[in-house]
Amino acid sequence: MEYFLQLTLNGLVVGGIYGLVALGFVIIYKSSGILNFAQGEFLMLGAYVCLAIMTEARVPFAAAFVLTLLFSIALGLLLERLLLRPLLGEPIISVIMVTLGLSSVLKAVVQGIWGTDTRPFPPIFPIEPVMLGPLPVSQGYLWSLACVAVLLVVLTLFFRRTRLGLAMRATAYSQQVALSMGISVRHIFALAWSIAAVVSAAGGMLLGAMRGGVDGSLAFYGLKVIPVVILGGLDSIAGAIVGGLVIGVLENLSGGYLDPLLGGGVKDVAPFVVLVLILMVRPQGLFGTAHARRA
Amino acid sequence: MSAPASDPLAPGRGGLDLPLFETRFARVALGLFLVALFCLPPFASAYWLDVLCRIGIAIIGAMGLNLLTGYTGQISLGNAAFLAVGGYTTAALAGRFELPLFVVLLLSGAVAAVTGMLFGIPSLRLRGLYLAMATLAAHFIVIFIASHWDSVTGGVNGVAVPSAHLFGFALEDDRHLFYLIYPVAVLLLFFARNLFRTRPGRAFIAIRDQDISAAVMGIDVFRFKLLSFGISSFYVGVAGSLLAYQARLISPENFPVTLAIDYLGMIIVGGLGSVLGSILGACVITLLPELLRLSSSSLAGHYPGLVELFASVKMGVFGLTIILVLVFEPAGLAARWHSLWNWRKLPPGSVPKRSTQ
Repeated sequence: MEYFLQLTLNGLVVGGIYGLVALGFVIIYKSSGILNFAQGEFLMLGAYVCLAIMTEARVPFAAAFVLTLLFSIALGLLLERLLLRPLLGEPIISVIMVTLGLSSVLKAVVQGIWGTDTRPFPPIFPIEPVMLGPLPVSQGYLWSLACVAVLLVVLTLFFRRTRLGLAMRATAYSQQVALSMGISVRHIFALAWSIAAVVSAAGGMLLGAMRGGVDGSLAFYGLKVIPVVILGGLDSIAGAIVGGLVIGVLENLSGGYLDPLLGGGVKDVAPFVVLVLILMVRPQGLFGTAHARRA
Repeated sequence: MSAPASDPLAPGRGGLDLPLFETRFARVALGLFLVALFCLPPFASAYWLDVLCRIGIAIIGAMGLNLLTGYTGQISLGNAAFLAVGGYTTAALAGRFELPLFVVLLLSGAVAAVTGMLFGIPSLRLRGLYLAMATLAAHFIVIFIASHWDSVTGGVNGVAVPSAHLFGFALEDDRHLFYLIYPVAVLLLFFARNLFRTRPGRAFIAIRDQDISAAVMGIDVFRFKLLSFGISSFYVGVAGSLLAYQARLISPENFPVTLAIDYLGMIIVGGLGSVLGSILGACVITLLPELLRLSSSSLAGHYPGLVELFASVKMGVFGLTIILVLVFEPAGLAARWHSLWNWRKLPPGSVPKRSTQ
């Protein structure tokens, strides 16, 4: 039982981060119809930049966290201006391919600057675990869950309560209508990319702090997000969060119980099995819109 | 979707017929090129023979992917997985059952096609980009199976593939394999080129350009998407089979997800929806790391750090190439080639037209 609870908790923590990154993916997809395959590289870059700020400028984690988020906003705006705007009006396939190219470039930049070895992340959270009932829980996990929750509340408020958030939802609903209401769809796209970069970077920093080190394997989280968004529903923000938590728990449980039977690696493949099953039985996902999508 | 440079339905092309060759000159030039190509192996070094064979295999795989992505408008991230299926099928059929070469090639393609359809069916029923995600799932599932099904795939250690035998003659090294790979490639390229003069080929293009209109015109969108995906996976499976014959030992490490991205890079750089584009793209993306390697080893004397950086430089150049091509020549090198090709017919002093339609 304790093993089960431990796995579930680990799953929830990682799942929260999946949810964050998936949120970025969904926001870009909703507003522009693009699948962003560079999401994992945003995450990796965020972790490295935060680490660099902390070690080079010797500022505390909280300050580095905020600075990295600002960097990510700038990155999102820059990418939109340099890569996506010239491709406005080109077929969606081309834009998706650009994100694949971008993922290679970002990976190369990170490797070129910081090398391929794992770089230690200074301990951020106190090491001694907190007892949660019978279960010892590392404080890093709790902090990370709290950060994810705060970010989600902020984003929800942004979408629900601000004019800009309303404009984003309008654009996601219908670009034509948004344009005719005087919303600058270009600015909305730029904003979507910034938010995507910000949530991914936040996920990357939390992962770095929890794992105590950063390396190139962080980029893999970008691919893990795809089962999450299919499960949650490609166009649902709530679905991204729920999907993230479910996939996180599921991969930890399946890894924990099936790895000894199947010989390892179950954790990485289980989410993709779920993806295929979801496409078979409920292609719109848990919360996606089910309008006539059959071809 | 940007139409291919040699759009069969473009006005002024004399109606609907897409000739296999545009002019007699093109036919003669291609013939001479092929003759020259097949005379090459005796003179090439072992290194360049290896590169040439890999290019040939890449051409087949890229053509397969282009049938699906360039002509039918569906993205697949499963190319590495289907290469793996083709490769492992070859290892099993040739190693255990010692079937003849052509049976092995055909069956490897067929098994890859069936695997592809298995993953494609749920997503191809939907509109949009679901196939990209389903094939990504296919990749991880296939690689998981490959690394665990020890009795057939040898697990993470891999499995040895016997050398190919043709008419009692063993194709031991790249010099021999060249004469297997390139004829197969030429055959498959002609088949692809011809496909788009037929009803299914036209249906693929119609689906890519406007799936709703295609359905209105009586095209069974799901069936033709599935057919396109099947043919595409068949090509990739054959490429995987040849890859296995060339590598002689295959393990899951031969098929990383970055390989699938390399293939997408090939068809983008070469040109979506173009046979020529698949060839050019396969050449460029295969040659790029080789040229980088050659230049970095010659520069290593001056900058010793360069060799360590090689992997990231390679990745960066690959990504930049894709991005720059998409921003500045979205129709790919094939379009550039066509505009140069047509330029010789223009009056002196004209500037080649950017043919991105």
